[in-house]
Amino acid sequence: MKIEDILKERIMVLDGAMGTMIQRHNLEEKDFRNEQLKDHPHPLKGNNDLLSITRPDIIKEIHRQYFEAGSDIIETNTFGSTWVAQADYHLEFLVYEINYQSAKIAKEVATEFTLKEPHKPRFVAGSMGPTTKLASMSPDVNNPGYRAINFDQLAGAFKEQAKGLIDGGADLLLLETITDTLNVKAALFAIQELFDEIGRTIPVMVSGTITDASGRILSGQTADAFLISVSHVPLLSIGLNCAMGASALRPYLKVLDEKAPFFVSAYPNAGLPNEFGHYDQTPTEMAAEVEEYLKEGLVNIVGGCCGSTPDHIRSIAVMAAKYSPRKRERLKEAS
Amino acid sequence: MDQILKLSGLEAIEITPLSNFVNIGERTNVTGSAKFLKFIKEDKFDEALEVALDQVRGGAQVIDVNMDEGMLDSQAAMVKYLNLMAAEPEISRIPVMIDSSKWDVIEAGLKCIQGKGIVNSISMKAGIPEFVRQAKLVKRYGAAVVVMAFDELGQADTYERRITICKRAYDILVNEVGFPPEDIIFDPNIFPVATGIDEHRNYAIDFFNATKWIRENLPHAHVSGGVSNVSFSFRGNQKVREAMHSAFLYHAIQHGMDMGIVNPTMLEVYDDIDKNLLERVEDVLLNRREDATERLLEFAETFKGATKEKKTDDEWRKGSVEERLTHALVKGIIDFIDVDTEEARQKYGRPLFVIEGPLMSGMNVVGDLFGAGKMFLPQVVKSARVMKKSVAYLTPFLEEEKRLSGTSHQPTARILMATVKGDVHDIGKNIVGVVLACNNYDVVDLGVMVPPEKIIEAAKREKVDVIGLSGLITPSLDEMVYVAKEMQREKFVMPLLIGGATTSRIHTAVKIDPVYDGPVVHVLDASRSVPVASELISKQTNATAKARFKKEYATMRTEHENRKQTKNYIPLAEARSNKTKVNWAEAKFTKPTFIGRKEIVDYPLEEIREFIDWTPFFQTWMLAGRYPGILTDSVVGVEAQKLFNDANSMLDTLIKNKTLKASGVIAIYPAVSDVDDVHLFEEQGQDKPFATFHFLRQQNKKAANLPNFCLSDFISPERGQDYFGMFAVTAGLGLDEWVAEHKADQDDYSEIMAKALADRLAEAFAECLHLKVRKELWGYASDEALTNEQLIDEAYAGIRPAPGYPACPDHTEKRLLFDLLQAEKVGINLTESYAMYPGAAVSGFYFANPASKYFGLGKIEKDQVEDYAKRKNMPVAEIEKWLSPNLSYDI
Repeated sequence: MKIEDILKERIMVLDGAMGTMIQRHNLEEKDFRNEQLKDHPHPLKGNNDLLSITRPDIIKEIHRQYFEAGSDIIETNTFGSTWVAQADYHLEFLVYEINYQSAKIAKEVATEFTLKEPHKPRFVAGSMGPTTKLASMSPDVNNPGYRAINFDQLAGAFKEQAKGLIDGGADLLLLETITDTLNVKAALFAIQELFDEIGRTIPVMVSGTITDASGRILSGQTADAFLISVSHVPLLSIGLNCAMGASALRPYLKVLDEKAPFFVSAYPNAGLPNEFGHYDQTPTEMAAEVEEYLKEGLVNIVGGCCGSTPDHIRSIAVMAAKYSPRKRERLKEAS
Repeated sequence: MDQILKLSGLEAIEITPLSNFVNIGERTNVTGSAKFLKFIKEDKFDEALEVALDQVRGGAQVIDVNMDEGMLDSQAAMVKYLNLMAAEPEISRIPVMIDSSKWDVIEAGLKCIQGKGIVNSISMKAGIPEFVRQAKLVKRYGAAVVVMAFDELGQADTYERRITICKRAYDILVNEVGFPPEDIIFDPNIFPVATGIDEHRNYAIDFFNATKWIRENLPHAHVSGGVSNVSFSFRGNQKVREAMHSAFLYHAIQHGMDMGIVNPTMLEVYDDIDKNLLERVEDVLLNRREDATERLLEFAETFKGATKEKKTDDEWRKGSVEERLTHALVKGIIDFIDVDTEEARQKYGRPLFVIEGPLMSGMNVVGDLFGAGKMFLPQVVKSARVMKKSVAYLTPFLEEEKRLSGTSHQPTARILMATVKGDVHDIGKNIVGVVLACNNYDVVDLGVMVPPEKIIEAAKREKVDVIGLSGLITPSLDEMVYVAKEMQREKFVMPLLIGGATTSRIHTAVKIDPVYDGPVVHVLDASRSVPVASELISKQTNATAKARFKKEYATMRTEHENRKQTKNYIPLAEARSNKTKVNWAEAKFTKPTFIGRKEIVDYPLEEIREFIDWTPFFQTWMLAGRYPGILTDSVVGVEAQKLFNDANSMLDTLIKNKTLKASGVIAIYPAVSDVDDVHLFEEQGQDKPFATFHFLRQQNKKAANLPNFCLSDFISPERGQDYFGMFAVTAGLGLDEWVAEHKADQDDYSEIMAKALADRLAEAFAECLHLKVRKELWGYASDEALTNEQLIDEAYAGIRPAPGYPACPDHTEKRLLFDLLQAEKVGINLTESYAMYPGAAVSGFYFANPASKYFGLGKIEKDQVEDYAKRKNMPVAEIEKWLSPNLSYDI
């Protein structure tokens, strides 16, 4: 069944945080190493994406927990799997492999669940984070024209990642937590090129991050400017994730709801972090905030970001089942 | 799907059939502007950015950038300029038009813009395959495109050629490339007229007609062009050119041209064109007479050299009085407020109607913009200044009216604000007051050091709806609890808002909320004060809001209870045995150049200024970010820069007029540590100490190898070796008088600014003096060489912790410190709560040993409190009161 068709029928549920779940395992440096990496001269602990290769058991178990909680779509463990981000660990050479393996194990778990429950097919979204560098802002205040990375470098990085994800079996690509629209434009450029080269396409989802009450993403764009800047590609969905808690996203989701010719997604954090950096929002509280958008029919896809767990997703999935998905004139026209 | 051209910079712009003509700024074009070319050639990019800014401010909705010049590396110049533009939010707000005849330059430009811009231009000049290739790439990069009416045979110069080429290009783009038709903009070529060449006579008419045809026959496509071309023959004659541009645009727009590259400052208003001139211009454009060109040339001679006066920003003065008041409030323009207020007063009949009508609706606009994050605090404060000035103008009329009628107007919701007893800090409180005032609250500000009975009395007398308490120092927390208890005793029910640097939600929940039955809310910052206050006052929402806050705080209390039980502390004796390990045998002790005290009176502010740490200054104004990066921040950068400029010009004035005076005193004495105490001697080698400071030791369980710090660890336990310093400085002498002056002017902005600057100067003075102490007066680091950033990051040897701050949170130690320093002699006093007065003051201790470091005491146990009380000869209960935030247990 095509995901576009399911999305017209009901609200689909994404998974929740990966990092929060990995933290529970209290992993050590050795967990991040395997035979190939045993002599890697740099510390690898904290490079969570690498676990798809060194501890696939843990990652698969987390995917499984989210599917069990009711997720229709899970994200691969590849948020930082570009050479740009992996350069911090000197693992640029391993990027394709991480993406490929991450997609592969995620797909294995998804298939397992789809076989069990054929009426509810499960999907794998290849997670593509923003990288660690911005293409339209200078990190050096005294040199505003400087750029730590350029469009071509980013396009190259994203292309390599997308290729690994697609080869590994990802059903969708999810460009997420976008802080700089130029980064995502480079990714979209690369993905279109890749689709041309491999002769097929898979649906692409885009999700930006609005960090404060100014209502802008980090690089300064408003929600509607952001939407316009990525609308040249026929996306599956556009949405918002991370940053603030669910309620704070609502005004900007409304903008997307009104203007987007694509499906709309939202997967907020479990509230705001407390003074210790932990997320205190309970599953019930988070689901109650998410319910606000569901009531208004603002979204087609919901899930959780930082601080959310299978318990949060379970509450959200129960809530999502009660409401109809967003239906807009524009959506009909676009499809 | 709606087929509307949508573009974006940082913000979105949609060009609908109902949109007005879209102005494309053209001055950032090296082929069109000699000035701009010069800037680029000479690498003066700052000046070149000003050109763009002028265009935006002049009303450009899209900005055209062109670097096509033989002597330039056009691609590099394009990339550099676009990247710099991206760092200027006021410019990058609007979409960019990347203008070049070279594809490489266009492609390089497309890789620099995060928004959806426009490529200007592609054409079929180099054949269809190349046209298709470029169009596909433009689509892939996500931009709209200008298509020139140009093919393999050349540029279209007749009506027929124009429409044939455009039709062909349109079909290829839409059908072959899949280009969205609404993203296609045709440029059917604007050529000069009145050139004297017969073939050129129909150029303008052909353009108009081709435009009409395109708009009628090529669905959703747009038409644009470079307007200034048309008047090329009249270079040097601005008046005629401006008239030609306006008349051309007038007709082109009638025919359907909906965008254009126009210099908005080179346009005359169509209706304002001299009628004789207009007639002759239109004769030329519309080819109405054989001798049209000659007649215009002749007439043009009479205008030679005359230039239109530069349009100023006074356009807004033409609006209605309501619009002018709103504009003045939003923009913070004070210049015309009295005139406009008077006009409104006459129009509305009663002064009160002016306040409740146009002023309030103007301030509502400000409030909305602020709430929506579209205005920043410094702007709002300026708005409030305008508001206050207007109200001040109306006040005599109000009084007169009251006198005549014997009635007074019903106040809106009224909120009492006070900094509690013993505390002198009021910047934050003033900001909240201003924001509330902007939102239609009547603010009763009782000022600083307000005793509880005065708060209670004023609340009754003024019949306030809300009480807001503020405080910065720790003892203020207890004072707030006390006020809340008093409110309870008086059976008050109004909401109590708590704010200020030292306050927290958890303290409010655990200590204040339980003692008062009315709603108690901790307000994080000024922007939150309005929604909270209005929610608690509104009859519709107050009951649910109160219940919600009560519940929230009750939950926090329970969680706090549960959390507390899991914390690990160790007995004081054990903590003492895990003290900081310093190898005293090998330590180097430097004998200071003097023993005793030394006053530093009227220290030059110019020198102090160099030491200012600006980051906290911006925090005061609720602008988040580190200096100097904040000045170029995409969201608050513009406001931060303005604020920074205002601050520096105020500093200039303060320094020049000697408005503020900075004075201080330091003292250094021989010292020895004795467990957690430090004894001081008048001379090295003496037997009996003449004073003793008492310090506190961390008691939380530490990881292996981490000591339980106490400041006494940094002084040698051997007699006759070490020294201990102390200091108190202020930069606030003269501030009160100066502020009083500004209060009379209703100028909150300057008042807050002056206080914030005095605070910064005091901190800077402490930093400056510490350096002098390290290098000269004590001289233990005479070879130190650090930059200001390193100073701010505290990269130097030794520390200067202040009583009342994390390493030694007990404020009462300030009494001894001040006595030894005799700080009162240089004008620094202590209140009964041990707050320093003037508020812009810093005091503390100097520790020279390189092992000394800043730390936070954290929570301590009862055993240490009892021991400390004994050492200080004070009742345990009193110590507990002063150290309440540091107690691991509840009292």
